[in-house]
Amino acid sequence: MEEVLSKYKTVKDNEVTVWFKAASVDAFPNDGGACVKYKDLQIAVFNFSRLNAWYACQNLSPEKQEMVLSRGMLGDQKGIPKIACPLHKKTFSLLTGENLNGDLDPIAIYPVKIEDNFVYIGFSE
Amino acid sequence: MKKVIVVGNGMVGYKFCEKFVAKAGSEAFKITVFGEEPRPAYDRVHLSEFFESQDAKALEMAPRSWYEEHNIELITEVRISDIHRDKKTITSVDDEEYDYDYLVLATGSSPFVPPIKGVEKEGVFVYRTIEDLEGMLAYAAKLKATNPNAKAAVLGGGLLGLEAGKAVMDMGLEPHIVEFAPKLMPRQLDSRSSQVLQLKLESIGLNIHLSKATNQILGDEGYITGMEFGEDDKLDVEMLIISAGIRPRDELGKTCDLEMGVRGGIVVNNKMQTSDPDVFAIGEVALYNQMIYGLVAPGYDMAEVAASQIIGDADVLMPAEIDMSTKLKLIGVDVASFGEPFMPASKGHSVIFENKTQHLYKRINVSLDGKSLLGGILVGDASDYNMLHQVFLNGMAIPEDPAQLILPATEGGAFGSALDLPDEAQICSCENVSKGQICGAIKDGSCEDLASVVSATKASTSCGGCKPMVTDLVNETLKSLGKTVKNVICEHFEYSRQELYGIVKVKKLTNFNEVLDACGTGHGCETCKPVVSSIFASLYNITPNKEDVTQDTNDKFLANIQRNGTYSVVPRIAGGEITPEGLIVLGQIGSKYNLYTKITGGARIDFFGAQLNDLPAIWKELIDAGFESGHAYGKSLRTVKSCVGSTWCRYGLDESVSFAIALENRYKGLRSPHKIKGGVSGCIRECAEARGKDFGVIAVEGGWNLYVGGNGGATPRHAELLAEKIDNETVIKYIDRYLMYYIQTAAPLMRTAAWLDKLEGGIEQLKKIVIEDSLNIVEELEKDMQFLVDAYECEWKQAIENEDMKKRFSHFVNSDDRDDNLVFVPLRDQKMPKHWEKEAKEVTL
Repeated sequence: MEEVLSKYKTVKDNEVTVWFKAASVDAFPNDGGACVKYKDLQIAVFNFSRLNAWYACQNLSPEKQEMVLSRGMLGDQKGIPKIACPLHKKTFSLLTGENLNGDLDPIAIYPVKIEDNFVYIGFSE
Repeated sequence: MKKVIVVGNGMVGYKFCEKFVAKAGSEAFKITVFGEEPRPAYDRVHLSEFFESQDAKALEMAPRSWYEEHNIELITEVRISDIHRDKKTITSVDDEEYDYDYLVLATGSSPFVPPIKGVEKEGVFVYRTIEDLEGMLAYAAKLKATNPNAKAAVLGGGLLGLEAGKAVMDMGLEPHIVEFAPKLMPRQLDSRSSQVLQLKLESIGLNIHLSKATNQILGDEGYITGMEFGEDDKLDVEMLIISAGIRPRDELGKTCDLEMGVRGGIVVNNKMQTSDPDVFAIGEVALYNQMIYGLVAPGYDMAEVAASQIIGDADVLMPAEIDMSTKLKLIGVDVASFGEPFMPASKGHSVIFENKTQHLYKRINVSLDGKSLLGGILVGDASDYNMLHQVFLNGMAIPEDPAQLILPATEGGAFGSALDLPDEAQICSCENVSKGQICGAIKDGSCEDLASVVSATKASTSCGGCKPMVTDLVNETLKSLGKTVKNVICEHFEYSRQELYGIVKVKKLTNFNEVLDACGTGHGCETCKPVVSSIFASLYNITPNKEDVTQDTNDKFLANIQRNGTYSVVPRIAGGEITPEGLIVLGQIGSKYNLYTKITGGARIDFFGAQLNDLPAIWKELIDAGFESGHAYGKSLRTVKSCVGSTWCRYGLDESVSFAIALENRYKGLRSPHKIKGGVSGCIRECAEARGKDFGVIAVEGGWNLYVGGNGGATPRHAELLAEKIDNETVIKYIDRYLMYYIQTAAPLMRTAAWLDKLEGGIEQLKKIVIEDSLNIVEELEKDMQFLVDAYECEWKQAIENEDMKKRFSHFVNSDDRDDNLVFVPLRDQKMPKHWEKEAKEVTL
């Protein structure tokens, strides 16, 4: 299971080498998320329409290693956009991946861009 | 890098590591820990819980990974056999050599086994480790297979012996306690309190034998068949657990010539140093002030002192006087003693309150001048312990009539608030946290609520006994700073749920962003979103299909998320009544989708292991066969459980099944602050357990009795009688009003039981509101409820008939693939999810 976790590494904007065309914008609910499959990775993508922003992170909950983060609820903690894991409500910053209500390891964060009504996720390969 | 070796990985050995790595400067040290047992340190204080849970992991102080994360090398199942102080090394039994700069001996103690003839026989156990417990369990199971009435005795009526007595009860054997002294818990209790405790324990089925010296363990075949006390004084038992005290595991100290106590134990000074300044001893192996301290709290203090001394903080010393106060729950009975429990009459006066009918005993010892508290004993009710203990520790002044301290509480008690304690008052003795630290964390702004104070100070994280006091202190401090301890929903809404309910209703708001814009701030979170969704449902019967992104995951996917991210499926089986044909269809569906199948506690059927993508297809088949959503995933009506009632039962007074079905169908889909369960019993034998439900109806001569506010779960509470001998229509009318009033006024995730407890005036007030209409609202309540009943719609039917709504039941947005991370393992002809990584290995198949 450790090896599943090790596949997910934060990609910074300036490290992107591949922009993966995931799905059209309307496939993602407003203020909600969905999971994108890219090779053997599962990436949770969020359309935080209230903030007019998009975020992506690993779908894998670092707490119990289940593929569930895309099914969690969006929100903010003092302005920091966050996602709550549906299993035990562990929350993670969508800006840094940091666990906001505990000391779990941070989750990996990926850049997102929108072009021609399509959602692209940035990977570094 | 300096090397610290800790020999012994018990509670105190672990606590040393925890305290050490938390200190500044600990990075300059490498810690290696040796444990003789196969697993990392666990909580021996709560060992008897192992019999209920059989879950060794739950008792762990910290998982193996914790040691790794803190760069501590943990070597288990290795015993250290020698210390070579001259060259500063130790050797293990397999002759490996390790060198140290500092050595910490935390080898603990072993049970003392008195030299009684026959003590080596099979079936005689000691009570110390999880392995001991596993051995007992296996032996007890073997005994019960041949003799369901087998008896087991515990030798020793002290604290641990009584814990072991509980273990014997939990194993299903007839429990006997055999004590040499003429009273139970001779070290903590006086004769009278011991008698009260004895009465109480006997009333729950323990057999107690005092003043018994065991001469011999009987049994001709190599295993125990009884105990002999005197010539004609025997007790037939098939198993014996010895709990006759402890002996320090001090053999390492002896072999390397450290200074030893006459009766064992390694002598330490107030720095926890042995006669060799680089060798420390802590916990039950250490002899301090010529005493071995067999309690956790002093052991933890010793760990703190040793850790500080090694790191270089020379000011941290063990106090000369060690507080031996204890409070515990023995077999469900509160027992506490503090300060000087037994006091000679020359030193002071005792005030004693005794009530044998209620198994209550309270004694406090007061100085001759009547001004200070010297100690005391509490049996049966230790709720005053925290306060009394603080008064004692801090030498606070006591009331002119000290009896006020222990007599049944007057308004506000003899002492005001917890804030009256001095700052140095030790609130959490396990973690050594003072009142000043708790209040200071709030005052300096570093913490703002209970959760953050607990995580910053560790107060109440060990035994939890001080939790109520910590809660009070946090709330009182917040209040004193002018911060309202108002039950607001979260940072986004400065309102209670009840207030928000009113706002949404008046402003006729219907989606989350509207509510946020109208009366909130920020962008919502996992706390307020479900609350608002629930309010919409309770006001307008808006199902989760409409705005699924604001729903808790269970509501979002209309199914209960399980451990591995798969879901469970529960169709409604109203009242627990189902046709054979219905059962066959369920069987076929479960089998087709390979679902783990189980009957729930609510008398219906639960399918587990359904993947997100399969949910719509499974529900299509269920709905086609005439089933509908069971709302097992919602904070809503679950089931109305029924006994079979007068339709079949020869005792039944009314048709409980018919009425349960009618009630379940009336309230199905009703969303509320928390889940709601109902029950209907056909007579007072109460086979439906209706008084453990949020509403319970029981048939009596002349109608139904209606009970409300019951609960099972973590805090069981019997429902209270709302109305007697009423007919079906009146039952429905009252339940309508009661539930609607609850829905409108309760806090989020508050069951009716807690709500009724908090309702000012309690059940009498509720009667006035619901029956006498004292608030002049019942007409409105009935109307609101009837609207919800009429607006009911099966939300699964809604979801599968609408392509847009169905879209969300797919694991990937850009692929029809399934989640490839799921792993199932076989379980008794079915399946279960593979265990979480850090969890216990195999389940027993």
